[in-house]
Amino acid sequence: MNNYEENTIVCRCEDITLKEIRGLITQGFETLDEVKRICRCGMGPCQGRTCQQIVMGEIAKATGKDIKDVKVSTFRPPVESIKLGILAEAAGGEDEK
Amino acid sequence: MKSSADVVIIGGGISGLSTAYNLARLGCRDVVLLEKDSLYSGSTGRCAAAFRQTFGLEINCLLAKKSYEILVNLIELLDYHRDIELRQGGYLWLLRTDKEVELYRKNVQLQNSLGIESRLITVKEALKIVPHLNPEGIKACTFHQKDGHVNPFHVSQAYAEAARRLGVEINTFIKVTDIKVENSRISEVITNKGKVATHTVLNAAGPFAKDIGRMVGVELPLKPERHQILATEPVEPLVEPMIICTDFYCTQEPHGSFLMGYGAPSEPEGTEVSSTWKFLEEIAKRVCKILPILANIRVVRQWAGSYTMTPDAAPIYGPVPQVEGFYLAVGFSGHGFMLGCITGVLMAECILGKETTLPLDKFNVGRYERGELLKEPAVA
Repeated sequence: MNNYEENTIVCRCEDITLKEIRGLITQGFETLDEVKRICRCGMGPCQGRTCQQIVMGEIAKATGKDIKDVKVSTFRPPVESIKLGILAEAAGGEDEK
Repeated sequence: MKSSADVVIIGGGISGLSTAYNLARLGCRDVVLLEKDSLYSGSTGRCAAAFRQTFGLEINCLLAKKSYEILVNLIELLDYHRDIELRQGGYLWLLRTDKEVELYRKNVQLQNSLGIESRLITVKEALKIVPHLNPEGIKACTFHQKDGHVNPFHVSQAYAEAARRLGVEINTFIKVTDIKVENSRISEVITNKGKVATHTVLNAAGPFAKDIGRMVGVELPLKPERHQILATEPVEPLVEPMIICTDFYCTQEPHGSFLMGYGAPSEPEGTEVSSTWKFLEEIAKRVCKILPILANIRVVRQWAGSYTMTPDAAPIYGPVPQVEGFYLAVGFSGHGFMLGCITGVLMAECILGKETTLPLDKFNVGRYERGELLKEPAVA
């Protein structure tokens, strides 16, 4: 069991294992936002598209809630990562008033 | 939730958590902290994770210096078992007009006289610190190596855990809906999940502090305003210091992501923290001009938080004259996180009637009526 928890990567961007996630939930980090802030799970380039569902499932399991009652994190734009240079070009020459 | 407490703290950001810990440390352990969301979910958790001592007013420099001295020893002080990611890469202010250079020359003199080792440096020296800097239009810079970055989630969490160990009750997802006052004295805090009888309340509610003030009939001179920020993908170390100037700031976290933002002058008063596309374009344009190497780095996330501004961009600490037992730690004007360590010490001392580490009278809310504004010039 321990091996399985240690070898399962929940957040690939930030390299966080199932064991770490379960440990944090046990310590009282019982919402997605709290888990995210303490270990960066979901803050990497994919913005939680891989790990969010898994962490929500773990929170539901540990707290006895239905997964539909586990609050999702606020969606943070942009939808896809975008280069600063492309944005700068789009801005053109005018300064914001 | 307890039905009574010696002190009720409203707000689970750095100011409230740090005060909770310091009250308990000084022997006042019957403390209840109320946070309407999760801990550090407001301004603290939304900030740019930076700290500095380089202010332009003596009293603000002293405040920031004391806070810094606590921060660098925080892990030992609070016996925290995680990393707080403290890194002193310095603050580099870019000065682009003669007027700015003159102002910052004076600031550096003041800072040096207080033992803060900032320097006015040439553009050539700045390029040694940040080789990727585009020097065009920059006349001079100031640099202070000891300023830097620290993770606000972990600093706050460290205070929360230390406070809990000392017996403080910290409640999340409980919203204060009213405060009862009897004969001009605080008597009870009412929440959506019950009541707490108390004679002492600390208002540390950040951008919501104005609403909390109104519950006891006190109109606070606060203007919460939105400041937007973004984070990029993590990349190799490129820029050591926080780069800051009148129209943006930009810093690379130890983890590799860049954080950057600015305050738009047209922001209306309010606690709204949505994101705009306009901000993305505008910040990208400003930052790419100064740090062209960032053009190829991808933005992965944008969000916003509130600066709770006061008329002189300096915090309000202390009691209010109208209501006995109502204390304020509000209006940090964008510096609440970096001043958090000292805020807790000062507010705990103040509430317990002890002599405060720094004199608090200048920070009293009454200064606005008396016309004794502090007028901090070094704000970005």
